[in-house]
Amino acid sequence: MGVGITVEQLNAYYGKTQALFDINLNVLANHATALIGPSGCGKSTFIRCLNRMHETIPDARVEGKVRIGDLAVYNGTSATQLRRRVGMVFQKPNPFPTMSIYDNVAAGLKLNGFRNRKQLDEIVEKSLHSSALWDEVKDSLHKKSGASLSGGQQQRLCIARALSVQPEVLLMDEPCSALDPISTGKIEDLIFQLKEQYTIVIVTHNMQQAARVAEFTGFFLLGKMIEFDKTEKVFTNPSDKRTEDYVTGRFG
Amino acid sequence: MRTRFQQQIEELREKLLRMGGLAELAVDRACQAYTERDLGRCQMVLENESLINAAEREIDELAFDILATQQPAAVDLRFILAVTKINADLERVGDQAVNIAERVMDLIELPAVELPVDIARMATAVSAMVRRALESFVEGKAELAQAVLEMDHVVDRMRDEAFIMLVRKMNDEPQVTQQALDALLVARNLERVADHATNISEDVIFWVLGADVRHHAQSASVSPRTDTREQ
Repeated sequence: MGVGITVEQLNAYYGKTQALFDINLNVLANHATALIGPSGCGKSTFIRCLNRMHETIPDARVEGKVRIGDLAVYNGTSATQLRRRVGMVFQKPNPFPTMSIYDNVAAGLKLNGFRNRKQLDEIVEKSLHSSALWDEVKDSLHKKSGASLSGGQQQRLCIARALSVQPEVLLMDEPCSALDPISTGKIEDLIFQLKEQYTIVIVTHNMQQAARVAEFTGFFLLGKMIEFDKTEKVFTNPSDKRTEDYVTGRFG
Repeated sequence: MRTRFQQQIEELREKLLRMGGLAELAVDRACQAYTERDLGRCQMVLENESLINAAEREIDELAFDILATQQPAAVDLRFILAVTKINADLERVGDQAVNIAERVMDLIELPAVELPVDIARMATAVSAMVRRALESFVEGKAELAQAVLEMDHVVDRMRDEAFIMLVRKMNDEPQVTQQALDALLVARNLERVADHATNISEDVIFWVLGADVRHHAQSASVSPRTDTREQ
């Protein structure tokens, strides 16, 4: 099951440049939360702080508190330990090109020392079912490489890979921006189903996508979270003029 | 800034204002026709109905086009929804003006009689409601719209009084029943125009404040600070 996320006074920096300013946020378990905002507003930086990917960039640092369920992200938890519980899907599908479909999904488990073949088979199948890819690849699990799949299939393969380690939270950084409308629709349907088991935070430039898949939406601007509310409210009657200007396209 | 989108929104606003002007004119002409027993004005109302109907279709088509191609959100989405509903109300206002004109054409055929009802006063109140409802749309001001909602009770009372007085007249002087019945129907048509003005005002409040005040869903807390929108 998914867990909630609590963020308190989060500040993030790239060297001397501050990218996030005093972010406070409660993400409800088993819901999808969308983060929207113009390029460079800090939304991707924000979700990278949730699984400690931000600190992989030289000179980048984070201040503040993040809790994933009962886990304090910046207080004694190792990045590896954290990322078992927080999966991530990126903008561009990034399957391991030389690995088979099966090995792509099993990679995370194998990396964690998981060797039981029967259990691996079960988890790979379950993960591919969860990512709505099983029926399309079940006959070529070992024959085809991850790179041989279509863009949409590759993204669902990456989702299966993220799900295989049974995380509680799934972070998605513009997961559909490289996909056609059909594949986008499949991923959106998938997000809808995955909410039952996982907590989902999705960064998107596609506002209609945020409106379709997320129960809650946060609007970021210049490193600050301007508004966070029910999605319906943000897209029909936002409280802040800046949010309204953004969702109505009056920006710039 | 989505320039093309803003142009379309502006075009929609202008079309609705023209439509509002036609509907307002139709009611005014019909009411003048009643007080002056003027057949010419009745015919103008009937002839102009097709212009109102054509305007209604144009507005719906443009709103539909914007919804399909621009995916509007927030205040723009509320604006377009409000415009489509106001559009339907204005078309009905035009229909009521036609109904009044037809009653007047009937009355002109009959001998003129004194009736215990002040249709002119009721018409003035109703015209003011339509005009202010349209002003609230033009200005994007919820407090103007709110004032229209409050005027509706006054017109309702006028209609009730007209019914009582005219039914009494019909009982007392059956020979003027036809004229009294026509006047009673005119009063009812005017009261319905007032209802449409009320609907328009509710839609303006929805657009400006995002608040649904129909059927007393909630009391419209209309503060002057928040209710001016720039499109």
